[in-house]
Amino acid sequence: MGDISLEKVSESYMDVLKELGNIGAGNAMTALSQMLGCKVDMRVPQIRLLEFKEVGAIMGGEEQIMVGVLLGVEGDITGSMMFLVEKHSAKHLISKLMMGMVPEGDEFSEMELSAMKEVGNIIAGAYLNSLSVITNLKIFPTPPELAVDMAGAILSVPAIEFGIMGDHLLLIQSQFFDEVEIDGYFILIPDLDSYERILGSLGMPVK
Amino acid sequence: MGEIIKVGMADLKTCMSPDGLITLGLGSCIGIAIRDPITKVGGLAHIMLPDSKAIQNSGQNIAKFADTGIAELVRQMERKGALRSRMVAKIAGGATMFSFGGKSDLVQVGARNAEASIKKLKELNIPIIAQDTGANYGRTVIFYPENGNYVIRAVGKSESII
Repeated sequence: MGDISLEKVSESYMDVLKELGNIGAGNAMTALSQMLGCKVDMRVPQIRLLEFKEVGAIMGGEEQIMVGVLLGVEGDITGSMMFLVEKHSAKHLISKLMMGMVPEGDEFSEMELSAMKEVGNIIAGAYLNSLSVITNLKIFPTPPELAVDMAGAILSVPAIEFGIMGDHLLLIQSQFFDEVEIDGYFILIPDLDSYERILGSLGMPVK
Repeated sequence: MGEIIKVGMADLKTCMSPDGLITLGLGSCIGIAIRDPITKVGGLAHIMLPDSKAIQNSGQNIAKFADTGIAELVRQMERKGALRSRMVAKIAGGATMFSFGGKSDLVQVGARNAEASIKKLKELNIPIIAQDTGANYGRTVIFYPENGNYVIRAVGKSESII
């Protein structure tokens, strides 16, 4: 197992990880814009290193209902990646994608869930693809899994993965909007060895 | 009514009746509630991982693990006047939020967290008198040391008390 932990990662490494996240989120938004067939604007992503205690609060509280799409990451690096949007934003995205042909109501139908999985798949795919191009590493997503639940509960999954490496979670918040504002979050969770491999491939060996 | 004290992820707190303890949105994590029914001292730990010894470079936060978190919770309760021999526990959480065909370690972590919590409580001779773990949904839990009620809320389900 690697020797790296997020606590020990220096400022310059953190900058590299942030920049990767930034580029990934940018590409993901481009993919989303193409899929929806409309212009999607994006704010400069906020990148935060959070203590676990603070994790839930950042998305409007631990009990805020979110849609989370989780994909495994395979290839030269391994780990997982998560894309999260708030429930109403997810409804809006799905409605756009299905040209408004969605049932009324608060619940998600099977078809809507499947559409949301696909949105997550495309966004995460674009994100990972750009990461792959920059690092020259082979990175593939596995088929997505979806959950609609409290933010805290969904986030416990990536938080636990980060918990193996330290006391913080690295989160990329990208706010994007067409006619309504949508808050989206990306969490990339490389395994310990994969951190070294990503940084190494960029000419920044850890030791 | 007392105050309700919030416990974050990888965090633990103790209190005395009439105060209560809450932790929001438990997923694969476990909320371990312990109470001394005589002094009405209560404690709630929100642990994320089963075993502190299985991981190197795991950071400084002992509340993160079932083994060290429960031990510390009991210590803090004893400092408030609770007696170990009287303590009883209730646990909730440990859901599998994403299934992935049940393959990876990550999928199993909820079940392993529950197992590790049960093991540690047994080691400390603290009986578990109620349990609501597993399944695939998140839980918010509120614990009242006054009567030992452990209230569980989940999305789209009615509130239950164990």
